[in-house]
Amino acid sequence: MSGHFSAENIGHGTPGHAPRPASDNQPQHFAFDTESETEIEAILAKYPEGRQASGVIPLLYVAQAQMGRATGSAWVPRVAMDVIARRLGMPPIRVYEVATFYLMFNTKPVGRYHLQVCTTTPCWLRGSDDIVTACKRATGVKAFEETSADGLFTMTEVECLGACANAPILQVNDDFYEDLDAERTVALIEALKRGEKPQRGPTIDRFNSAPAGGRTTLLDEIGTRHADGQPGTAPDTV
Amino acid sequence: MAKVTVDGIQVEVANGSSVLQACEAAGKEIPRFCYHERLSIAGNCRMCLVEVEKAPKPVASCGYPVMDGMVVRTDTEVVRRARRAVMEFLLINHPLDCPICDQGGECDLQDQAFSYGGDHSRYAENKRAVTDKYLGPLVKTVMTRCIQCTRCIRFASEVAGVPELGATSRGENMEVTTYVEKALTSELSGNLIDICPVGALTSKPYAFVARPWELKKSDGIDVLDATGTNIRIHAKGPEVMRILPRVNDAVNEEWMADKGRFSFDGLRRKRLDRPWVRVHGKLQPASWQDAFVAIARRLEGVKGERIGAIVGDLCDAESMVALRDLTGALGSGNIDCRQDGAQYDIGRRDFYTFNSGIAGIEEADALLLVGTDPRREAPVLNARIRKRWLAGNFPVGVIAAPGPDLTYEVAHLGDRPSVLAGLADGSVGFAESLRAAKKPMIIVGQSALAREDGAAVLAACWALAGRVGALTPDWHGFNMLHTAASRVGALDLGLVPQAGSRSVAGMMSGGVEVLWLLGADEIGAGRIGPDTFVVYQGHHGDAGAARADVILPGAAYVEKSGTYVNTEGRVQTAFQAVFPPGEAREDWRILRAFSEVVGHTLPYDDLEAVRRRLAEVNPVFARQGLPRFGAADATGPAGDPAAIGNAPFTPTVHDYYQTNVISRASATMAECSRVYAHPVVQAAE
Repeated sequence: MSGHFSAENIGHGTPGHAPRPASDNQPQHFAFDTESETEIEAILAKYPEGRQASGVIPLLYVAQAQMGRATGSAWVPRVAMDVIARRLGMPPIRVYEVATFYLMFNTKPVGRYHLQVCTTTPCWLRGSDDIVTACKRATGVKAFEETSADGLFTMTEVECLGACANAPILQVNDDFYEDLDAERTVALIEALKRGEKPQRGPTIDRFNSAPAGGRTTLLDEIGTRHADGQPGTAPDTV
Repeated sequence: MAKVTVDGIQVEVANGSSVLQACEAAGKEIPRFCYHERLSIAGNCRMCLVEVEKAPKPVASCGYPVMDGMVVRTDTEVVRRARRAVMEFLLINHPLDCPICDQGGECDLQDQAFSYGGDHSRYAENKRAVTDKYLGPLVKTVMTRCIQCTRCIRFASEVAGVPELGATSRGENMEVTTYVEKALTSELSGNLIDICPVGALTSKPYAFVARPWELKKSDGIDVLDATGTNIRIHAKGPEVMRILPRVNDAVNEEWMADKGRFSFDGLRRKRLDRPWVRVHGKLQPASWQDAFVAIARRLEGVKGERIGAIVGDLCDAESMVALRDLTGALGSGNIDCRQDGAQYDIGRRDFYTFNSGIAGIEEADALLLVGTDPRREAPVLNARIRKRWLAGNFPVGVIAAPGPDLTYEVAHLGDRPSVLAGLADGSVGFAESLRAAKKPMIIVGQSALAREDGAAVLAACWALAGRVGALTPDWHGFNMLHTAASRVGALDLGLVPQAGSRSVAGMMSGGVEVLWLLGADEIGAGRIGPDTFVVYQGHHGDAGAARADVILPGAAYVEKSGTYVNTEGRVQTAFQAVFPPGEAREDWRILRAFSEVVGHTLPYDDLEAVRRRLAEVNPVFARQGLPRFGAADATGPAGDPAAIGNAPFTPTVHDYYQTNVISRASATMAECSRVYAHPVVQAAE
């Protein structure tokens, strides 16, 4: 008897039909390494017995991070989704659905540095077009979803990253680089090419999303207000 | 109950009903795409919008629960405008290819566009296009037509129990797909075509074949398994174009198995369309007269006990009763319907029928499967078991050869009949589940009976049923699942040799001189003794015809009006949809005509008279349908439960797609067999 109908077989192979060409270099094997296993143990402990499927998103992140560590390309191959499906006792298609729904999961290989340019309105108003041009110039890619010839950079267009106060934003892998312009973008990419890891956050003189160049309001210390209502001397720290 | 006013009509519906159900109760038609009464509610097409008083905006009635005193309006300007807007959105990306779409003429989107569609499109941008998917040899996809109602996804994971379809990506890029290209591993995949409201999923064999309005529809009964699925045969001229299920909540709900739906192309191939007579070792075309005379000559001087008849799996009751009467008139008791050699006790009807009823599965609260693989023997019945299992608290135990996933969780108790003894004395853990159940069910399959100790296994199953409380005056939990559509009808007619007469094995091994095969092809015709004169009456040139000395061309199930009794014992009538090819004739007429040649004219000249004769032989044939009954008498069938052997059960169905002459002649089924039953083995990861 063929084992074709078994649940084990769902999602594997293509009976009687040529499989889709493996143009996206799907690996044949995937297994979680010890570092991932430690993380998974902590993740799955959060869910009651029988509700392990809830851990699908964190596990996809773990798989993506492991691929990043192991191959320099943080993406989730199909075999990894199958491994997750088996681990969580859910049909593989339910994992595929989640992984393809969220754009944070890369279902195709990406470069070592995944340049995610926000082009939503606030970033666009603040010059995200320049950032895109700068990325293209510095990496040599011609369009979104492309990987540079050296395999270091993949540029993708993303929707709002939620850091509009620091627009325009470029997310490199998991880190935000904020308040960019074309020049600083090129500098950032050149630094990445040299293997450096520039400080994440604003690229201008600014703390997080506080006003550039220091505070402009609430400058007085409590109790040092002048009799005419004008603030006193500005504090020297933020 | 909740009182709801729909367009001024007051109706009372059960608490928890949806507004849509309340509207239907009031006789208001609500347009819908994603809502399907046998699937879970998705609420994503938004076509069923209605106005509910005090709700700030139109609500999707399919997913909105009723409340007492609710006032609903289904035909206001707001509702019409809302539905028009929804329709406009749906049509943005839907191609205008109705003229080349197979759904044309029976498309929900097309129909509803008449009521709610605009006269032009305001959409000037590029439409989206979606790559078509491969879902196997039966379902054709044109995914650009998909409106993403997700009915197919829900059907696959809920009813068929093969969660292989899903919606990947999101927004504009959302696609219904298997992601990994593969054929759907379901025997119910044809139903996806029926539930798809648009032309995204259509039938591959029916592609560009016909339009619904050109087809003549006739009601029939599926004979490719013993479920007795109610079907509607769509024919154009002399040919069957397609077969669709008919709604019958007691039998098949509105589903149908792939074999019954797609085997019909086998009706055009390898057909016997004229009589043949073997002359000097070679079959020669002959006239009916010649064929009858050849048989009559051979019968001259042959004693009754040297004449035998074997009945196949697809026969209608009319032809079986005619054959029974003919062999009786010739003085023979050698008649057998058990091609597989299964052992029955036909002393009482409930020893060989599915007594709980297929709908009764939903009332059961524990199930034991003995020697059966319902997924491949009766896929629609298996879907009913899965439906019950999904409702919860339904332990299922299996004693059978390890087989494919049944689409529900089972406890595999072993593959030997000795487990039955363990269940009876409580040493097998599952016995507790059966005993604790209020309505336990035992389903006995043919592989439990088609063996030397079949009678003993039957008796042991009955005894177990009695012991666990499955045989009470208001619940009959002993069930037999047949695989042959003709079997229960044949047993009702007593087509089992009595003491002193020969069974299939006895007739095959030279016990008879003249052997009449009525559509019997699964007996290993090559093993019939060389001196036996074989008459094959049937519709396909298969194993039986190859061995025959005279071939009498009969009619297939769509070509004759016939009575069939399903595994439940439900008597159902099928109507003729097309005419038999060439000189082929209805089988009971052939037997009636031949009886005249040998001077034993059967006493019926028309169908009504045959049916009166059926009712005379067994009164069950006088009544359509099936009354529910309990186990009035707990006396068991003949057979000694202690005599069970130790041989493991073997699977009954080796290749679901190739079980009878019609499916073996079908190119579609051959392709399914190639894809599913003999898959290209791929390296495991």
